[in-house]
Order: sequence, then C-alpha cells, then structure tokens
Amino acid sequence: MLITERDQLRSEISQFVKKHGGDRSALIPALQYIQQKYTYISEFAMQAVADELDIHPVEVYGVVSFYSFLDCRPKGRFVIRLCRTISCEMQGKDRVARQLENDLGIKFGQTTPDGAFTLEYANCLGMCDQGPAMLVNDQIFSKVTPEKVHDILQGCRQVFGAHAMQRKEEHII
Amino acid sequence: MKTPSDRNSMTFASITPNEGLKIAVEKGRMGVLGELSESGLKGRGGAGFPTSVKWNLAAAAHDTKKYVVCNADEGEPGTFKDRFILAEFADLMFEGMTIGGFTIGAAEGIVYLRGEYTYLRGHLETVLEQRRKAKLLGKNILGKKGFNFDIRIQMGAGAYVCGEETALIESLEGQRGEPRNRPPFPVDTGFMGHPTIVNNVETFAWVASIIVKGGKWFKHIGTEKSTGLKLFSISGDVERPGVYEFPMGITVDQLLREVGGEGAKAVQIGGASGHCVHQKDFSRKIAYEDIPTGGSVIVFGRQRDMLAVAKNFLEFFVEESCGQCTPCRIGNEKLLEGVELLEKGCCSMKYLRELCSLGETMQIASKCGLGQSSPNAFLSIVKHFQDEIMGRTAIE
Ligand SMILES: Cc1cc2nc3c(=O)[nH]c(=O)nc-3n(C[C@H](O)[C@H](O)[C@H](O)COP(=O)(O)O)c2cc1C
Ligand code: SF4
Repeated sequence: MLITERDQLRSEISQFVKKHGGDRSALIPALQYIQQKYTYISEFAMQAVADELDIHPVEVYGVVSFYSFLDCRPKGRFVIRLCRTISCEMQGKDRVARQLENDLGIKFGQTTPDGAFTLEYANCLGMCDQGPAMLVNDQIFSKVTPEKVHDILQGCRQVFGAHAMQRKEEHII
Repeated sequence: MKTPSDRNSMTFASITPNEGLKIAVEKGRMGVLGELSESGLKGRGGAGFPTSVKWNLAAAAHDTKKYVVCNADEGEPGTFKDRFILAEFADLMFEGMTIGGFTIGAAEGIVYLRGEYTYLRGHLETVLEQRRKAKLLGKNILGKKGFNFDIRIQMGAGAYVCGEETALIESLEGQRGEPRNRPPFPVDTGFMGHPTIVNNVETFAWVASIIVKGGKWFKHIGTEKSTGLKLFSISGDVERPGVYEFPMGITVDQLLREVGGEGAKAVQIGGASGHCVHQKDFSRKIAYEDIPTGGSVIVFGRQRDMLAVAKNFLEFFVEESCGQCTPCRIGNEKLLEGVELLEKGCCSMKYLRELCSLGETMQIASKCGLGQSSPNAFLSIVKHFQDEIMGRTAIE
C-alpha cells in the first residue's frame, strides 16, 4: 500500500470513529465500514483502528476473527452466500451450489482469480419459505434455481465490468 | 383457510398507528405496566420471559441512563417472522420500543439488526426519519415534557450467538459476541453497565397492540399460561409456507391443516435448538407449558431422512458455538462425529447411549442457551427415529 493510501485510510478511520462517539462501541461499525469499502480488513487497518480507539491491536483482531462477516483476507467484489440450512437444503440448495461452482470455476471458500466473486455458505438467511436463498453482498435472491444462477452472475459481471472500466479511466487521468 | 404472509389479515394491520403511544402517555408508566401484566405477554424471542416482569425491574432500577434494545438478530434456523415484521410493520415495532422507553425511563433505543438483513436497513431508516419528523421520536414526544427518546440501528456481523441477549450487548459494546454469566441480568447491568431491556421484534409490536386493545383482550386468547397471539414461520414440506398468525396453544395437527402439511412424519418446532416432534405427538400444544417456540416450524414429509436433519443442525452448532465453554465447543463436535458414524452404519448402541448422555450433560453444563439447547434436536431424533437411524448401510 502506498504511503498516501495509508494516510488516507488512517484519516478515514479517524473521522468515522469520531462520528460514532469515539469509544469502543464504535469498533464494530468502523470495521464494517472498512470491510464494505475494501472487501477486507488489512493488518494496517486493524492497527489504525486500534490506535484510534486506544486499544491493543490483538483486541481488534479478536473481534475481526469472531464475526463471519468480517475478514482479514481480501474478498471478491461480490460475496455470494448460499444458505445451507435445512429448509433451503430440502428445496434443492445442493444443485444450486453445484451450478455456482461450475459457472464460477471455484469451490466454496474460494475467490475467483479476477477478484470478482467469493463463494461461501451461510447459515439460515431467514428466507426458509422461499428457498433456496442466497445473498449477493447485501442483496437477497430467493427461489434460486440452477438455471437462474447464470443470469444472477451475469448481472454482477456487468456491474463489475463497469466498475473495472471506471477504475482504468481514473488511472489514465 | 388462511393464506400465508397476508399482512392485511393480521392483527398488527388493524392497530391504528401511534394510538398505543398516545394511550401510554395518558395512562402513565404504571398504567402501561398494569396492562402488560394483565395481558400475560411473554417474550416472543423464544425464552418466554414475562415482558411485564422484565419492564418492571428496569423501570424500578435507579440510574441516569437506561436503554431499550430490540433484538432483530433473528438467526434461529427456520425463523423469518421478524423479517416479515421489519418489512411490513416496522412502525408498530418502533412504537413499541418508544413505549418501552417511556415506561422504563430510557432515552435511547437500539435495534440490533442481523448483518444478513442489511437490505432492510434503508427501509427502517426511512421509517425512523418519518417518526422523527412527526415528533414521535426526539425531544418532548407528543408534547410531553421530558419524554425524550430516539432510536438508532446497529448492524450485526454474522454470528448466531449474538441473538443471546448478553452476547448481543457484548457485540454492541464492540466485543466478541461471547455470552456473559447471568446474573447479573441486563435489566440490572446491561449496555455499558446500565439497566437495559432486550426484547424481540415481535414482542415490541405486541406491546403496542396490547396498549391499544387492552390486556384483557390478549389474555382471553390462547391458554392460561401462554396467552395471546403469535406469528409463526412455516417452512419445509407444506403446500403453503410463509408467516401465519395463530393463537398460542394451537395443536401441531391444527397448524398442519392450516398450512397444508398433513401427512408429515415429523415437525421441528423451535428451530435447530427446538424439539423434533413425532407424528404420534401431533395432538400436543404449541405453548410455553407444552412445546415452546419462538415461532419456527419446519415440516418433514415421509421421504425425509431424519439423520440428515440432525446432521444439518449439528453442523450449524459446531460452527456457531462461541467456543467459550467446553461442553458446547467439544460436545457438539462429538455429537456430529456420532452422526457421521451413524451415517456409515457403524455406531454401536453402547456408543449411541454415551452420546445421549453427553447431550444431557451439555444441556446442564453449558454456559448459555446455545449449548444448553444444541443437543435437543439430536436427542429427540434418536429417541423417536431409532429404527430409522440405526444399522444403516454405508453410502459409498
Ligand atoms: C443462542 C441464542 C440465540 C438467540 N437468538 C435470538 C434472536 O435471534 N432473537 C431474539 O429475539 N431472541 C433470541 N434469543 C433469546 C434472547 O436471549 C432473549 O431472551 C430475547 O431477546 C428476549 O426477548 P423477549 O423476551 O422479547 O423474547 C436467543 C437466545 C440464545 C440462547
Ligand atoms: S454454551 Fe456455547 S455459545 Fe454458549 S457460552 Fe458456551 S461455548 Fe459459547
């Protein structure tokens, strides 16, 4: 990471924490903010949060490692979480899982080499009456079938493509 | 016959918005507590603690700061009625929280919303903003001097155990979601050490409804020990899955008829931490004194393999145990290994009995409700479906 990027991250964290009261109860919201923006919480970010809250970085790591929606390693732009709880399982989640693996060319727990997708399982998503269900980032998809998997991924790819293009242009400027 | 997830047929849809809050302010704290006590309302999150008792304790506590926390962490497998309330009746739930703030003397409310429901946050923030504009949140609410209350939303981050109230408070304070020893209870030492009431989404919505319709109305529905109405989340092998409102005390049979689940061989009531009810017990009642539940009902048809059900639940607990105490952390792994032996058809009766005894130990020796209830499904499946799970031929 470049020095300027680090400085920027530090000041972002500092602003965020101040806005949220500046005490320890701001920790998880701050981590969620970083996670959402950078797809993971780097060691540097953990240290910066710890400094800001005046706690030991191990405390921060302890929290990051506890919650399944916080990660210390980079994730894809789109994190797909397929519900594996019994109601979705009875409605055919295994076939959806296989199709996701086939179409993405990765297994559960992996990220595609282009950094677009991470594939994971989740516990009950609260969509048991409309399974199989999955989350793509914050968006929920219900009654997913193997045929629908392709369209959902294609929708993401279009957004991702636009995003990548935008970045390239920023660099050119 | 009822239709699933039909908002307009539900009691919540018939409640005039903010009528409850107005009545609460007129009646005063004691009036609200009296009405709740009369109603017999028990917590809709599963544990079934009387709401009036909880609120009385918090109201009586002396402190400059108190908190109202809404538990929207709905993570129990098979439960989705809170998601439905958040989407359809958020205003009523916020009204219930505001009545809570008025009653116990708190100025701050927090909704702990599970990370999986992030897509509902925008809607909830909009409703909160509307309430602020209508002076139903903020300073001197409804013109009552000194009645100040506002609500913020904090997101969970994907941990089932954070639905346990003390783990939830730890999480709000920026800690790992590890349950605390109880006592002290949150009503005494809660968020930041201040008296705090933690209630389920549905509980708050019923509070607002009860203040409008009266404690007597609620008390006369249901059974003596389990009063009133309740929302149920119905999934699995039924014709019409969805959210339903039924009176407490409904029998499993009646419920199955309403949702098109006749012919089921078993029903899991109360989610992964609940009990698996065998067909021969379908005349039993869903009520705190018989089969308790937070509203999760998963129906299993004839073709279902009950061992696969037990395995799915145990995998869930192995993953979601916070790991603080040994009976739960190791116990669930041992039970899961046992299920894998059963799957392969190589578990002796002696070992199965040992596993059951381990399960009973976990029920007593675990620190929080997660570990205490995690063996329930396994134990009830072993008890009722022994002929189905023993002596299997291994699947290659
Ligand atoms: C492991 C575990 C998970 C829980 N999850 C929830 C939950 O998601 N929602 C909820 O309202 N209560 C949950 N509870 C129960 C809460 O600890 C608490 O009893 C409840 O929020 C109190 O509200 P009530 O009295 O209105 O039901 C859970 C309990 C345990 C032990
Ligand atoms: S019972 Fe399980 S979840 Fe509860 S404190 Fe012990 S290890 Fe943690």
